[in-house]
Amino acid sequence: MSQGKATVYPYIPNSAPEVKRQMLEAVGAESTEDLFEDVPEKLRLKGRMTLPEPLLSEYALKRHVEGLLDKNQTAGEYLSFLGAGCYQHHVPAVCDEVNRRGEFLTAYAGEPYDDHGRFQALFEYASMMGELLNMDVVNVPTYDGFQAAATSLRMATRITGRHQVLIARTISADKLSKIRDYCKPSIEANLVDYDPETGQMGLDALKAKTSEGTAAVYFENPSYLGFIETRGDEIAAIAHDHGAICVVDADPISLGVLTPPADYGADIVCGDIQALGMHMQYGGGHAGYIATRDEEKYVMEYPSRLFGIAPTSIRGEYGFGDVAYERTSFAVREEGVEWVGTAAALWGITAGVYLALMGPQGMEDIGKGIMARSHYAMMEIDKIRGVKVPAFQAPHFKEFVVNFDGTGKPVADINQTLMARGIFGGVDLSKELPELGESALYCVTEVHTKEDMNRLANALAEAVG
Amino acid sequence: MAQQDITQQRYTDGKPNLRRFHQARWDEPINFELSREGQRGVLVPEVEEEIKDQVGDVLATLPLTVRRKAPPRLPELSQPQVLRHYLRLSQENLGADLNIEIGQGTCTMKYSPKINDQLAGHPKLAELHPLQDEDTAQGILEMMYRFEGMLKEISGMDRFSLQPAAGSAAIYTNASIIRAYHKSRGEADQRDEIITTIFSHPSNAACARTAGFKVITLYPGQDGYPDLEALKAAVSERTAGLLITNPEDTGIFNPRIEAFVEVVHEAGGLCVYDQANANGILGITRARDTGFDLCHFNLHKSFSSPHGCGGPGGGACGASEALAKFLPVPLVAYDGEKYYLDYDRPDSIGKVRPFYGDAPVVLRAYAWVMSLGAEGLREVAEIAVLNNNYLLNRMLEIPGLSAPYAEGKRRIEQVRYSWETLTEETGVHSEELGIRAADFGVHYWTSHHPFVVPEPCTLEPTESLSKDELDEYVAIVSHVTGEARTDPELVKTAPHNSTIHTIDHSPLDDRSQWAMTWRAYRRKAGGA
Repeated sequence: MSQGKATVYPYIPNSAPEVKRQMLEAVGAESTEDLFEDVPEKLRLKGRMTLPEPLLSEYALKRHVEGLLDKNQTAGEYLSFLGAGCYQHHVPAVCDEVNRRGEFLTAYAGEPYDDHGRFQALFEYASMMGELLNMDVVNVPTYDGFQAAATSLRMATRITGRHQVLIARTISADKLSKIRDYCKPSIEANLVDYDPETGQMGLDALKAKTSEGTAAVYFENPSYLGFIETRGDEIAAIAHDHGAICVVDADPISLGVLTPPADYGADIVCGDIQALGMHMQYGGGHAGYIATRDEEKYVMEYPSRLFGIAPTSIRGEYGFGDVAYERTSFAVREEGVEWVGTAAALWGITAGVYLALMGPQGMEDIGKGIMARSHYAMMEIDKIRGVKVPAFQAPHFKEFVVNFDGTGKPVADINQTLMARGIFGGVDLSKELPELGESALYCVTEVHTKEDMNRLANALAEAVG
Repeated sequence: MAQQDITQQRYTDGKPNLRRFHQARWDEPINFELSREGQRGVLVPEVEEEIKDQVGDVLATLPLTVRRKAPPRLPELSQPQVLRHYLRLSQENLGADLNIEIGQGTCTMKYSPKINDQLAGHPKLAELHPLQDEDTAQGILEMMYRFEGMLKEISGMDRFSLQPAAGSAAIYTNASIIRAYHKSRGEADQRDEIITTIFSHPSNAACARTAGFKVITLYPGQDGYPDLEALKAAVSERTAGLLITNPEDTGIFNPRIEAFVEVVHEAGGLCVYDQANANGILGITRARDTGFDLCHFNLHKSFSSPHGCGGPGGGACGASEALAKFLPVPLVAYDGEKYYLDYDRPDSIGKVRPFYGDAPVVLRAYAWVMSLGAEGLREVAEIAVLNNNYLLNRMLEIPGLSAPYAEGKRRIEQVRYSWETLTEETGVHSEELGIRAADFGVHYWTSHHPFVVPEPCTLEPTESLSKDELDEYVAIVSHVTGEARTDPELVKTAPHNSTIHTIDHSPLDDRSQWAMTWRAYRRKAGGA
């Protein structure tokens, strides 16, 4: 930076010295120091912060950031079988085209007269999710699937006036950690054991734990461990017999082929929409959905914004607005339901674009294609001596557990060998779920070809051999 | 017919006049209405024949209970139709890239540099899976580590977690840390009260309640500043902590903030600084130097990441050394050779969000700080505050407007104004002024509820607007208030130049009519 000459910052129009002078004069200040008259002298920072020297030119900045990014090797460059809550699906170009539009990217909290397009796009997102889920109410997205699950459980406790929730033990440790933090201090979260052969929730265990104090029974479908819970109807019936609410956490990209949970008895359905058109972004593509029937006792317990369609003074014109705004913390602070704030609206709009592009046929095709590929991968991997796949005898969607106990090799070593061959192996479960032994969670999606899976199987055979 | 003359609408002599604005109006149908059977928007990869042969009919492996019976009734649209539909909807928005976005006070609607958006979409980040081996994610981990270092310097705090998804999520995280802290001292049951102020963001109250605390809300004292005596009366052995914004949403900096912190500390509580309004004090004053134990920044506000129609954002939680052990896991660490994710934090409150934070948002915030440096950040604060006080002076020239509390004093980053006098004189309400302002292409917001300031409006010019643009905004508001005096019906019947006309809100609060999805609307409105 040149000495003695004030820097004019391109992002700061009034940093131009002459304009700055005129404005100081207009406000009657000698210097900008005068503007902070209410900040006590004692609390003023003396001197300058110690920060890196700025990269004032756009080019220097770009080069620096790209230099850091170059130190990453991505799942696009490697052949990746990582999933466990963040998924490598193809992102249609139109999804990026729409969410990079400045009008959407930089809008925020405009009224319907400022931002009609934002309201309509989010209403349509909710409407398409409603079709996928066979439910009438879907929220403007919350932060992520973890938050959606945690809020769904709290909704259930408020609706029932009860304080205990039951959760399938096959949930991920991270999501359970979030739920436990969010359920403090008044909600008791207990786990329900699973059948070690099939992964399915143990119905006897569930019956033994369900009581008149149970607010909700929660399970994922497909589960964190990839298998499909096939007895959702029986689980829902047990919950309902005790007056509890059935909460199902579903991966929306599976619902072109899998039954919407509402059809087997779910009262609240929730999950993450990252799979619907968001890049993985090192975990930056998440957004959460919550869906219910259109019943007031459910609607009034949503903390999120709900956009509804409304008439205008012109016959036939659509307007939009907030439904039951008075339930929110925006309206009534701590008297509202949990809280509402900036969450993940842009990803909701993007998921809407995704569903509009895919249509009914696309969602069925992608579901079928993923299942065919993951089955093929399991069959190929199963040929390897000492490897057990799937670890659970049940239908699977895109993920499955591979057990390596019979090979005598730890997953960590196997994954290192795979990495040396340009492959990201499955997520190591050995510390998270020690009862599964040396196991890894593999994910296969529509991006994988036969050749990719053969390459994986060959590399695995070498790694364990 | 006389020739139309728009001389008065032109930008003459450097003096902004009123634009003949009209918002885009495409009368765009709901996308379900555009659907035609059999159209396709994108095709998915075909499964190879060898796979099909080997696996057979995979759906047949599914028990009937879990096999979808009828396809979802999604719209069937071709790709160009989808694109046109959404681009029309995009045009029907007033994003910060388009309008003089100073009308959403407290939200710091600053310029989001395009280069940072471009970098945030880079495949080297977009295609990165969060569970990759750390060796393959050294670039993003280094960036997160460096950015944490910047936030530590800006706030004086000792550690940061970038995990919380946005501002309110960060407030909740800090409330959860307060709970964990008191539990670690065996006082969790006793300390069940959180104190906040009415001009702190509503999420401070709401998140505290969600975390299980009772909420005590303080109102300003006689001099218009947060009331120290009221705080002294509120604290007790039940005080868990203070959640407070400074400057408050009125734009007033609490000059007694250090005494506030001391009083709460003496009572055994923790002090949490909601730094959503930090833009005007970057490099001026720091949270830790005032004695705060915890703080949070909104990366989508002060640190320039775009607001995305309401997220994704980023909430960064900072903690003093004593409280850092409670931050969410993992934290990003560096062992001298390698950046890694540190999960070995037994006292942590655990996870508050999947993985480690919103990486593209962190990238934008990091790049923004790198483009400015220490002097630049201070310039941001100074110009934002200069802009705000310039706007304050100009706005107060408009008859019927006041800036309640601490009158005559300068403000920091925003001002909550009151049109009480104008409303008394004209019958026109602040909300109506805002709708009419949209007719001239600008956004205008009232305030969070409750309207403690009567007929409020909250403006925050940030550092991103030029003097001429501030003058233009004032000219629009001045014109609209003039209309309120000469032709109040014109204002009350606004909008006139919007995408749509006056909305009938009654169905939105009526369970028999409200419809949050197209299917519910069709059912309730009888397929209208």
